[in-house]
Amino acid sequence: MTENLNILITEIYKIFLLLIPILTAVAMIVWLDRRVWAFVQKRKGPNVVGPFGLFQSLADALKYIFKEIIIPASANKIIFILAPIVTMTLALISWAVIPFSEDFVLADINVGILYLFAVSSLGVYGIIMGGWASNSKYPFLGAIRSAAQMVSYEVSIGVIIINVLLCVGSLNLTDIVLAQENLWFIVPLFPMFVIFFISALAETNRPPFDLPEAEAELVAGYQTEYSGMMYAMFWLGEYANILLMCSMGSILFLGGWLSPIDLYPFTLVPAPLWLILKILLLFILFSLVKAIVPRYRYDQLMKLGWKIFLPLSLTWVVLTASYLFYFNLLPVN
Amino acid sequence: MKLSRILKTILLIDFLNGLVIAIRESFKSKKTINYPFEKGKVSPRFRGEHALRRYPNGEERCIACKLCEAVCPAQAITIESTEREDGSRKTTRYDIDMLKCIYCGLCEESCPVDAIVQGPNFEFSTETREELYYNKEKLLDNGDRWESLLAANIKADNPYR
Repeated sequence: MTENLNILITEIYKIFLLLIPILTAVAMIVWLDRRVWAFVQKRKGPNVVGPFGLFQSLADALKYIFKEIIIPASANKIIFILAPIVTMTLALISWAVIPFSEDFVLADINVGILYLFAVSSLGVYGIIMGGWASNSKYPFLGAIRSAAQMVSYEVSIGVIIINVLLCVGSLNLTDIVLAQENLWFIVPLFPMFVIFFISALAETNRPPFDLPEAEAELVAGYQTEYSGMMYAMFWLGEYANILLMCSMGSILFLGGWLSPIDLYPFTLVPAPLWLILKILLLFILFSLVKAIVPRYRYDQLMKLGWKIFLPLSLTWVVLTASYLFYFNLLPVN
Repeated sequence: MKLSRILKTILLIDFLNGLVIAIRESFKSKKTINYPFEKGKVSPRFRGEHALRRYPNGEERCIACKLCEAVCPAQAITIESTEREDGSRKTTRYDIDMLKCIYCGLCEESCPVDAIVQGPNFEFSTETREELYYNKEKLLDNGDRWESLLAANIKADNPYR
């Protein structure tokens, strides 16, 4: 009995050890996003609260906590409240399988990448629930758009993951990283990395694919009826998802925690820091894209997903597979 | 579609160009200011908060000619006057309803003695409406507080009047 309790306590301790830094990171990343966006537009961005405005997100969170939560009279209350919780939980639980170094991973499961993929696919439920339960036209339209968009781009992300898996021969994220010790997958699979990056933008509803919350047409999309802490949870979930996509990108293509050059000064940097740096790099790219690219039209978005990305990534799967097979490079397990 | 156009699309040339421009621009100097801590330049002709000026000897400039009251398109100014012992006409009441005022600057232009002016101050928001019904004391007080700036502004704008 006490043994079980001990295991439970250590597990909870581990979870908090992971969750608290991630929530802090999400808050910081919101600041970074706004800051980068502002810099591209030659503004200063948030710089008043704390050093360089670092605590801006904390101030925002405080504001959200003290705001009143308004539940529309015609809304389906249970689902309405559940939606942001689902979004945030799903965004956070996927972090369990992200390896920060060879032995620093909460759950080293053998189907890590499948788990990641499954959980990020479930993410669309939070948005659909929120949009449907609001019982109002704009959230509903936003939710429909987001569902179609996420489903379309998940397909190409899945095919891209198959590309990587063909080269690795394992679904375990740690193995995927270790397979890149000699050559990061961004080099042989560069077109796939580009497609992955663009699909990740669509998957996380980031500009230029932020149609679900296109403010010019849909007020705020599925978030329209939300306020206070519930809105903040949607927001947190969204940014946690973006961070997750960035870390997925760096694990699949940029060699995870591996240092770029296996030489003396680079090997001194602790492994998790390399992963964090890679995530940051990808995230800054995310913000830059937000700052420079105009929003896609809906038919363009669908066309890009189904007519360009899917055939391209499928062709690449065939190419990778035939190349590996012909040169007898298939990984053996 | 031409081949060059297809290549341009596939290789994301325009996007990369935009990215380079964005990164270059983000290191240039910022166009915004830290507003409450630093303020932008205000033209000498700026039409901000009103003030009633005095002569250097402390005598009010206003002669109660009521030109400003007459010209005010929003009818925000109310003046009452009386004759003082020395025979000069002076105001007993000079009210401006800052909520009615449209900050057109006609009062300042019509004033023959440069008594009513609109100064450079634009930060006079209040918590109640009543605080924005300015009376003579408030306006004279404004004049005393901003006199050096007001005089400089009138002098700077003089060639163009």
